[in-house]
Amino acid sequence: MMTRNQLRRAHGRFMEAICLLATLLAVAPLAAFLWHLVAMGAGAMTADLFTQVPLPPGESGGGLKNALAGSLAVVGLATLAGIPVGIGAAIYMTEFARPRLAFLLRFACDILSGIPSIVMGLLAYQLLVRPQHHFSALSGALALAFLMLPVVVITTQEMLHLVPGNLREAGHALGIPAWRIATSISMRAAAPGVLTGALLAVSRIAGETAPMLFTAFGNPYFSLDPQAPIATLPHSIFTYAISPYDDWHRLAWGGALMLVLGILGATLLSRFILWWHQRHLHA
Amino acid sequence: MLACQDLHISFDAKAVIAGISLDFPARQITAIIGPSGCGKSTLLRAFNRMHELTPGARVRGRITLAGKDIYDPKEDAVRVRRRIGMVFQKPNPFPTLSIFDNVVAGLRLSGLRNRSLLQGTAETALRDAALWDEVKDRLKGSPMSLSGGQQQRLCIARALAVGPEVLLMDEPCSALDPIATAKIEELMFRLRERLTVVIVTHNMQQAARASDRTAFLWMGELVETGDTEAIFTTPKKSMTEDYITGRFG
Repeated sequence: MMTRNQLRRAHGRFMEAICLLATLLAVAPLAAFLWHLVAMGAGAMTADLFTQVPLPPGESGGGLKNALAGSLAVVGLATLAGIPVGIGAAIYMTEFARPRLAFLLRFACDILSGIPSIVMGLLAYQLLVRPQHHFSALSGALALAFLMLPVVVITTQEMLHLVPGNLREAGHALGIPAWRIATSISMRAAAPGVLTGALLAVSRIAGETAPMLFTAFGNPYFSLDPQAPIATLPHSIFTYAISPYDDWHRLAWGGALMLVLGILGATLLSRFILWWHQRHLHA
Repeated sequence: MLACQDLHISFDAKAVIAGISLDFPARQITAIIGPSGCGKSTLLRAFNRMHELTPGARVRGRITLAGKDIYDPKEDAVRVRRRIGMVFQKPNPFPTLSIFDNVVAGLRLSGLRNRSLLQGTAETALRDAALWDEVKDRLKGSPMSLSGGQQQRLCIARALAVGPEVLLMDEPCSALDPIATAKIEELMFRLRERLTVVIVTHNMQQAARASDRTAFLWMGELVETGDTEAIFTTPKKSMTEDYITGRFG
């Protein structure tokens, strides 16, 4: 016969075991996938992967130089547009807008951030591809910029909310104009967090495939022309993974590993920035 | 120097200051005392239009600086705040700026770029705030490495660098130990030679020893004001006497 105390402890251990099991279920597939990705992708990680364009089926070799350059170009263009606009909007909403307007704008951003990426692709298609009658790197970048915008706004706003109000007060009391307080005091204090959020937004869009299907469209050749169709890593992975050729499968795995490593790098970089900043702030 | 006439302040529908008229003579230290929630800080914040940052705050009545209405529609809040500086309860240096950059923040972020002028102003302000000797070798260092008292003096230096005519201090010593408090009070006496100082305090001894005039507020109204010595030795109202002797509040 268990005492009440033993019963309670057994109950506690049981609950702990259930939570551990849930954790394992969550982590195990990820670990298995990463293992598989490295196993399949490492062999494809050759110099050719970075320096050659894909070859037609039947010829062995080839690489993803076009997709790597294309992804960098499309994501770079999207970042160039999305980050300044997103940060500017967040500054307006946090530092200047009246509370009710700020609430409405934030609500709109929350909705926007939940819109499926393919719908954002459709929007870019309507705005650029249809009027121009051709697919383009630019339209892909536009779709990605739409996608990253709410992410940048929301993270920037969260970071600005963390800046203590007494710093803004101190600025006002010194007779500093409101826009200087927003840029040189609030944003300066929030900068590391904002940068982290921006990097996370970049890694989020770097892997987007669906909106690329009918905007950037893909291109088997190397191109950096913003008005021409362009290859991107996620889209190439999709194309080559569903192909029937072994050589193309190899490219898909190599591209997947490249993409994951890039995102991992961005995440680590953002963690490092936060860590470095916090160490310096408290030094 | 600074004066208010029939001043009413409310937040949304709640009246916080109900018809106060007060004079703050030039080059004197005026202490504002009263129990928590009596409107001391609200009154102080109205003097440099800081309350405008609080949504729903309204001010009625007149506040004048050297005879001119600071709420004149043509008057700019930013300009008013440069003439009427403020020091807060909790030291609030800018954590991401160096000590030097903190002192000149008010000037630099208002567009002043002249290096030698900034350097000269920073040194003068730090000397005026009795902090120069302690920080002159680490002006590029972080203000967060300073003690609480030093941080508060840095905030005073930062306010002085802008060149205000009036300095408002909202319980500047409530987070400090007695030694740091004594330093701030010493500093106030030196600043009095050229500035008008208004200090809100919860500390009766501080009001008694570090002010020329005292105003006692209760529930948003002015109960009594006069020379500090008179208020603390022969108050006219029994309520004032009860409060300063600790019988209520």
